[in-house]
Amino acid sequence: MMQYNRQINRDGELQHLLTVEGLPASMLHRILDAAESFVGVTEREVKKVPLLRGKAIFNLFFEPSTRTRTTFEIAAKRLSADVINLNIGASSQSKGETLLDTVNNLSAMHADMFIVRHAQSGAAHLIASHVAPEIHVINAGDGRHAHPTQALLDMYTIRHFKKNFNGLRVAIVGDIMHSRVARSQIHALTTLGVPEVRVIAPKTLLPKGVEHLGVHPYHDLSKGLKGVDVLLMLRLQNERMQGALLPSAQEYFKYYGLTPEKLALAKPDAIVMHPGPMNRGVEIDSSVADGPQSVILPQVTFGIAVRMAVMSILAGS
Amino acid sequence: MKIHIRKGRVVDPEARFDGITDLYIAAGKVVSLGEKPDDFQANQEIDASGLIVCPGLVDLSARLREPGFEYRATLESEMEAATAGGITSLACPPDTDPPLDEPGLVEMLKYRAKSLNQAHVFPVGALTQGLQGKNITEMAELRDAGCVAFSQAEMPIEDTLVLLRAMQYAATFDLPVWLRAQDASLSRIGVAHDGEVATRLGLPGIPTCAETIALAKILRLARETGARLHVCRISSSEGVDLVRKAKEQGLPLTCDVSMNHIHLSEMDIGFFDSNCHLVPPLRSLRDKEALRMGLKDGVIDAVCSDHTPVDDDAKLLPFAEAEAGATGVELLLPLVLKWAEETNIPLPIALSKITSRPSGILGIGCGHLSPGAAADICIFDPGCCWKVEPKSLKSQGKNTPFTGLELKGKVKYTLIGGHVVYKANHP
Amino acid sequence: MELPQTRDLLEKLAEAIRAEISGPVFMVGIHTGGAWLARALHDMLHLNTPLGTLDISFYRDDFERIGLHPEVKPSDIPFDVDAADILLVDDVLYTGRTVRAAINELFDYGRPSRIRLAVLVDRGGRELPIEAGFKGIRIDPGENRMIDLLKNEKGELQLRLRPE
Repeated sequence: MMQYNRQINRDGELQHLLTVEGLPASMLHRILDAAESFVGVTEREVKKVPLLRGKAIFNLFFEPSTRTRTTFEIAAKRLSADVINLNIGASSQSKGETLLDTVNNLSAMHADMFIVRHAQSGAAHLIASHVAPEIHVINAGDGRHAHPTQALLDMYTIRHFKKNFNGLRVAIVGDIMHSRVARSQIHALTTLGVPEVRVIAPKTLLPKGVEHLGVHPYHDLSKGLKGVDVLLMLRLQNERMQGALLPSAQEYFKYYGLTPEKLALAKPDAIVMHPGPMNRGVEIDSSVADGPQSVILPQVTFGIAVRMAVMSILAGS
Repeated sequence: MKIHIRKGRVVDPEARFDGITDLYIAAGKVVSLGEKPDDFQANQEIDASGLIVCPGLVDLSARLREPGFEYRATLESEMEAATAGGITSLACPPDTDPPLDEPGLVEMLKYRAKSLNQAHVFPVGALTQGLQGKNITEMAELRDAGCVAFSQAEMPIEDTLVLLRAMQYAATFDLPVWLRAQDASLSRIGVAHDGEVATRLGLPGIPTCAETIALAKILRLARETGARLHVCRISSSEGVDLVRKAKEQGLPLTCDVSMNHIHLSEMDIGFFDSNCHLVPPLRSLRDKEALRMGLKDGVIDAVCSDHTPVDDDAKLLPFAEAEAGATGVELLLPLVLKWAEETNIPLPIALSKITSRPSGILGIGCGHLSPGAAADICIFDPGCCWKVEPKSLKSQGKNTPFTGLELKGKVKYTLIGGHVVYKANHP
Repeated sequence: MELPQTRDLLEKLAEAIRAEISGPVFMVGIHTGGAWLARALHDMLHLNTPLGTLDISFYRDDFERIGLHPEVKPSDIPFDVDAADILLVDDVLYTGRTVRAAINELFDYGRPSRIRLAVLVDRGGRELPIEAGFKGIRIDPGENRMIDLLKNEKGELQLRLRPE
C-alpha cells in the first residue's frame, strides 16, 4: 500500500514539517511571511511572545548537533514553550529500545511537538506516522533526505536580500550526494519559482539522476558560477576524504573551494550563504566567508525566526 | 484414500491440457483424467465446478526461518501459509542461522518439514561455508543429505577465484548453482535502486551495474566451468538482456524473478515504506516492464514468492535500518494471475511459471497432472477477490507492500500426496 | 440600520483627541483597520511623532482554537515605548480581547507612561474591563452582525455592516 505524505492534514494545513517536497509555494511564503514578523520580535526589549505558553516541545536528537538543537531551543523559548532536550545518541538504542519505543515513551509525557534529528533518511516520516494525531513533528535533519527548516531559512535570507525569486540564478556548491540541506534547498528553490538552479560538484558527490529534481549539474566551478545571483555553499564532511570520493581536502579546495577569484565570476551583487559549521580552507576561503558578500551571520538570526514561524504554524493547525 | 475431483477446469501446462473434466486420485497419485477408472470408489468427492484444478505450486524461494530465526516465524506457521497459498513444493535458501552448510542441519530441516506432512521442502545448500565466500562446502555430502542446489542466498562472493572454484566443484558433481547477480562492492552500502527515488529520498543506492557486472561475470564463469546455472531474482532490464543473449548463445541457464518485482518499482517506496525495502531493490518502471516482458517471452522461466517473513520490530525502523524482504507464499498465485490478466497471458502459460517450469529447474519431476504423477494439486477460485490484510495472512510475517490491495484468485483446496492438507474456510 | 458616514465619525474622533492632547503622543494602530485609521488620524492631527502599528496575532487568546493568522504582518514600533504616552487606535471595540492583546504586546516593548484607546465604533458586548477614552459612535448592531472597516481603491475608508 502506497504511503502518503503525512505532513499536510485533511484540511490542507501543515500537520508536520518533514520535507519541503510537495509543499505549495503559498505555504512556503506563509512561513516566510510569519518569520518576518518574528524577526521583529527578536529585535525587541522582551524577545518573547506568549504564543506557545504551556506547550511541551521535545528536542529529540538521535545524532549530535549542538548548533541546530540550540536554534530550535531558542526559537521554542521565544514562543514561551517549555523545551526538553534529549540527546539520545546511541545510548538508549544500544539498550535495545527502538526508535518508536523512545517516541512512545515521550508521547506519554504529554509532548506537543517533537523536533527530530536522526542519521537515517526517513526517520522523521516514521515517527510522524506513529505519533498521536495531536503531536506535531519537525524534521531537523534525517540522514541525506531533508532539512526543511534550514532550506526555509535560506529562502528567507534570499528573499530578504534579493526581494523575489523569479529572476534568480542560484548555485548549490559541494557535496550534494550526502546533503539533506541541498535536497531541501532544491525543492524550495524550484517550488518558489527560481528559473535556474545549478548544482556544482565532482561526479562522485552528485547523486544519480539529480537533474530529475529540476537542476542543472556542473562539474566545473568556474563555469557553474558564471552570472550567479546566490551561492549556497555546502559543508564537506571530513569523512568524505575516505571511501574514494575525493583524493584530498587540498585538491577539493583548489577545484571546488570558493575563493575571491571564483566569487568574482558570479554577479557583482551575488550573496554567499553557508549552513554552517564552515570548513574554512576546504569549501570556502576565509576572506569570502567574512567578506562583504557573505550573509552567513544574518542566516543564523533568520534561522531562529523561521523556526518560530514553523512551530507556531504547526501548533496552530 | 481415493478422491474424485469433479467438474473442475483442469489446467496442466506441461501436458498442454486445459478443459473441464474430472480428476481421479488414488494412493497418492493421479490415476485418471476424465475417464473414471474401473471399480473406482471415491472416499472423498470435491466439487470443483467453477474452480481451476492445477498442479500444486512450486516456489523457488521461501524462507521458513528455521533454524535460527524462530522468533520471526516457525516451520509450522510458514508451511501452513504455503499450503494456504497452494504451494506443494518449495525450495528454501541457505541463509538460516547457522546457514545450511552442514549435512546435519539439512537432514534436521528435511526431517522437521516431513513430520509436518505439508509441502515438500527442498533445501538449497550453502555454496561456501557460513556463506562467507571463502571455503566451499561439502557439496556432494549436502546433496546426499537432500540439497537440490547450492547458493549464496544474498551474500555475493567477493573473491572471483572462490566463485570460479565453487562453480567448478559443483560442476564436478553436476550440482546446480543458483546465484543472485549482485556485485558485493557496488551494493555494500545501498538500500534502494540507484535512481530517481533514492536520489529524492536521500537513500544510498545500488546501481543497475551491480547486477549486470556480476551477471556478466557469472555467465562467463558458467561457460568456463560448465556449471548448471540458475540466475535468481533478476531485477533489471539490462539483466534480462544479458540472460536473453546468453540463452540465445546456447548457455543452458534458467532464471527466475520475484513476484514483487513484476508488480512494483522504486516509485512504490513512496515516503519510505519499509515494506518496499527488498533485495534486490525495486528498480525503475522501465525495469519492471522489462521483467514482465521477459517473463512473458520466456527469458525468465519462473516466478517465486521470495517469501521472507519479518517481524514488526524489524520493519518499524527507518528505511535503511529496516530488515529487507516481504512475506509472500500466500500471494504468489494471485499476483501471477494479476500479471497474466494485465499482460493478456493465457492461464496455462501463467501457471507454468509457478508449476512446471520451477519444477523443471528443481528437477523434482512434479508440477504436472498426468496419470502416475504425485497428486500434489491446487484447486482455486479464479474470480474470488480478497483483500491483503495482516489478519488474512497465515504467515507469521505480515510484512508486504501489497497490504490493502484487492487480489483476485483464492486457493480453495491444496492436496499433497493425495491428501487434502488445506481447505479454505469460506465456501 | 444605517451606519453614519465614516468620514464624519473620523472627524469627530480627531476633534475629541485634539482637545485632550498635551505633549508628545505616540499613535499605534492595530492591524488592519486600526492601522488605516491611525494613519488618517495621524495626518489629520498633524502629529510629528512616529506612527506605530501592531499585529496582535502572537498575543491572541484564541490561538489554540484558530491557529496562527494566515496573514500575520510584522509589528512596527519605531519609537522607545519606555515612558511614552501612547494612543492605541482600533476600528471597532467589541469584546475587548484585541485591545488586551495589544496592551500586552506593547508592554513587551517597554513600560509606557500611559495608554489611551481611540475607536471608530464602540459596539458594546465587552468581555473584559476595557473602555475607549475616545469613540466615534456607540451603536448596537445586534448579536449576529459584524461591523468592519474597508478601504476602497481610492483609499477611502468605509464602515460596513454585514451578517456574521
